[in-house]
Amino acid sequence: MFGLLETGSGFWSAIIWVIVVLIIGSIVVYVRNKGEDSYKKDTEQVKPFISGHPEESKEGSHLSASHIYWGFTEALKGYYKPLIEMHTGNINDFSSWIITVTVIVLIIIGVS
Amino acid sequence: MSILLNNSPILILALPLLAAFLIPLISRINKKTVGIFAVFVLLISLVLTILLAVKIISVGPQVYVFGAKSSSLTLPTGLKIPIRIMFQIDAMGIFMGLITAMVSFLGAVYSLAFIRKREGMDKFYSLLLLLTVGMFGMEFTGDLFNLFVFLEIASIASVALIAYRGTDFGEPAEAGFKYMIVSTISALFVLFAIGIFYGEYDLLNIAALANMIKYSQLDKIALALLLSVFAMKSGAVPMHMWTPDAYSEAPAPITMILVAASQASLYALFRIIFSLYNVHMNTLAVGWIIIIFGVLSMFIGVTMAIVQKDIKRLMAYHAVSQTGYMLLGVGVGLAVLSNPIALKDYGITAFEGGIFHIMNHAMYKGLLFLTAGALFFRTGTRNLNKMGGLAHSMKYTTIFFIVGAAAIAGLPPFNGFASKLLIYESVYKFNPLLSIIAMVVSILTLASFVKVFHSAFLGPKLPQFKDVQEVPRSMVFSMAILSCIIIVFGLFPDLIVKNLVHPAVMALVEQVKYTGTVLGGM
Amino acid sequence: MIDNLPYIAVGLFVGLGVYTLMYKKNLIKIAIGVCLIENGVNLFLITLGYRKGAIAPIYTMAPSGQSMVLPTPQALTLTSIVIGIATTALILSVAMMIYKHYGTLDTDEVRRLRG
Repeated sequence: MFGLLETGSGFWSAIIWVIVVLIIGSIVVYVRNKGEDSYKKDTEQVKPFISGHPEESKEGSHLSASHIYWGFTEALKGYYKPLIEMHTGNINDFSSWIITVTVIVLIIIGVS
Repeated sequence: MSILLNNSPILILALPLLAAFLIPLISRINKKTVGIFAVFVLLISLVLTILLAVKIISVGPQVYVFGAKSSSLTLPTGLKIPIRIMFQIDAMGIFMGLITAMVSFLGAVYSLAFIRKREGMDKFYSLLLLLTVGMFGMEFTGDLFNLFVFLEIASIASVALIAYRGTDFGEPAEAGFKYMIVSTISALFVLFAIGIFYGEYDLLNIAALANMIKYSQLDKIALALLLSVFAMKSGAVPMHMWTPDAYSEAPAPITMILVAASQASLYALFRIIFSLYNVHMNTLAVGWIIIIFGVLSMFIGVTMAIVQKDIKRLMAYHAVSQTGYMLLGVGVGLAVLSNPIALKDYGITAFEGGIFHIMNHAMYKGLLFLTAGALFFRTGTRNLNKMGGLAHSMKYTTIFFIVGAAAIAGLPPFNGFASKLLIYESVYKFNPLLSIIAMVVSILTLASFVKVFHSAFLGPKLPQFKDVQEVPRSMVFSMAILSCIIIVFGLFPDLIVKNLVHPAVMALVEQVKYTGTVLGGM
Repeated sequence: MIDNLPYIAVGLFVGLGVYTLMYKKNLIKIAIGVCLIENGVNLFLITLGYRKGAIAPIYTMAPSGQSMVLPTPQALTLTSIVIGIATTALILSVAMMIYKHYGTLDTDEVRRLRG
């Protein structure tokens, strides 16, 4: 009834997971709804505070895709630069890869 | 009704093949009905495949011989080897057949609204039906040369479909050229290996060859050629460079069907290794080669995917990475095939994880490509830098994208988590380092889909997308069916594993059942 | 040694075809390289069926007591030649489409999709 999936060292059941998440989620929503509601709407209290600077327009502050993981790709520059150089898009390089891998697999299977 | 069911192996192929050649005639009469005709024929194929799957899982493997008096007369009187071409469908073949039938039906429904060119539509649907015929043939056949012919049919049809927009732009033609060279070389090497088998044993039937094979030096050459060539056709690193080009330049429903075609090549690889060679070869060496392919594919695929700007190229690199998961699971199972204690302990679970991942991947990767197609249909661009804030206007597409992205990242309760859990736990018992690499790759997968979700859907509504609406109903229908399948497979994975995946794994592992069906228990 | 000459020819064909694919820069030369590999594999298939001192496998007016070469590889080769025609035609027509849009046939220039 509970849909148990047996792996070799335990089990996983999605239905029990959903029931547990619903129980914990309802407790979280109940605790959140008991919060502070004595603030004044539509005054300065609800605006974001960016250290006194004026807020930019919403359209101008959308982060585009190439800038999102800049820290990750810049830190791994030593790994990424040769990798992107290898993906040249040239059909001759691609045929060389196929023939090289076939020869290596032939040698490995031949001697074992 | 029982005539339909008895002849269903050939009807599943013959009806789309006949329809593919009738469509140019129908389009002379009325241009608008070719799409509906193709959808109708593929629906009949889907229904027949489901009925055949129920019959195979309850009764046993089916054989269909061409040209004999009755359809199961495998050994003609007085002969000890089968001499006719036959289709041999066991639980693994019908597992892949279900994937193909569902994916091509949903692709045809989606392209009713997506393809807007008015003068080439009959060629598009005709080629789509031919690609489906090629994939079904690869999955149902029991004969080596038949496999080669259907492989060529599928690759020629898919090249013409990739280059479909090449009359207006230049990049689809370049992608089609690269894919054509790659698939022609691979088909010719497959023919070379078939020639080696024929010259040595005088047989072309897989079951009869499996009965007689000895692992001589020529067989080793044939195994190496077939292994590297089929791994290349399914997109394993370091031979994966055709994958981003071909998947990104094809129209979106064709990309979904191309993913299933790459998995049909993966199925052909497993059929050669498990039903033809099985324990006669050195399973540890071949298993480690497949594991190395898998680990390289997983890691390089996902790290190249994080830096992409084009949404479909990013998803194509993820397809390479998920193929690495399948190769890892099956490779671990293959490496312990000769060791019965380890096989029962974690080998069968590793197999189940790998094979279950094939079906899960076809479903969620298809859904993601269809949502990328929906974005391209409404905004006209595939560049992530130019998109933004589309969740305000395209609500259904956003929900389907969340379902697909959570499934591919392996978040519970969707189906990606179930198959990845099986792979993690069994590979850990084999070698802990491989399992840790698999988990890191899963985290990076989630990272790159958060990137796509943020830059395409979140954010304020941009002024250039002011009048973007939701996509048409046939596209929403396809995406909704795939989402329902993902959620159902995620909530009840044990039903799928017990009824579909476990018989498929057992059909691969036990070679005696495969040869016994044809040769009559010899 | 003289009996092995067709197999040496097969090796030369496939080797030359692979060399053309890996090192030549013109798209049409790459298509010719694919044709060379295909010819090599077809020759390999036909050579497998040969039996010493046998005649063509035709039953009409055949002399009795003569052995015949195997007919199955000949059927396989015919299928492969027909598939090869379709493949070569498709490769060349896609190369024509590339020339129309890019203006060049050099593989170092036809690489807008990379990375």
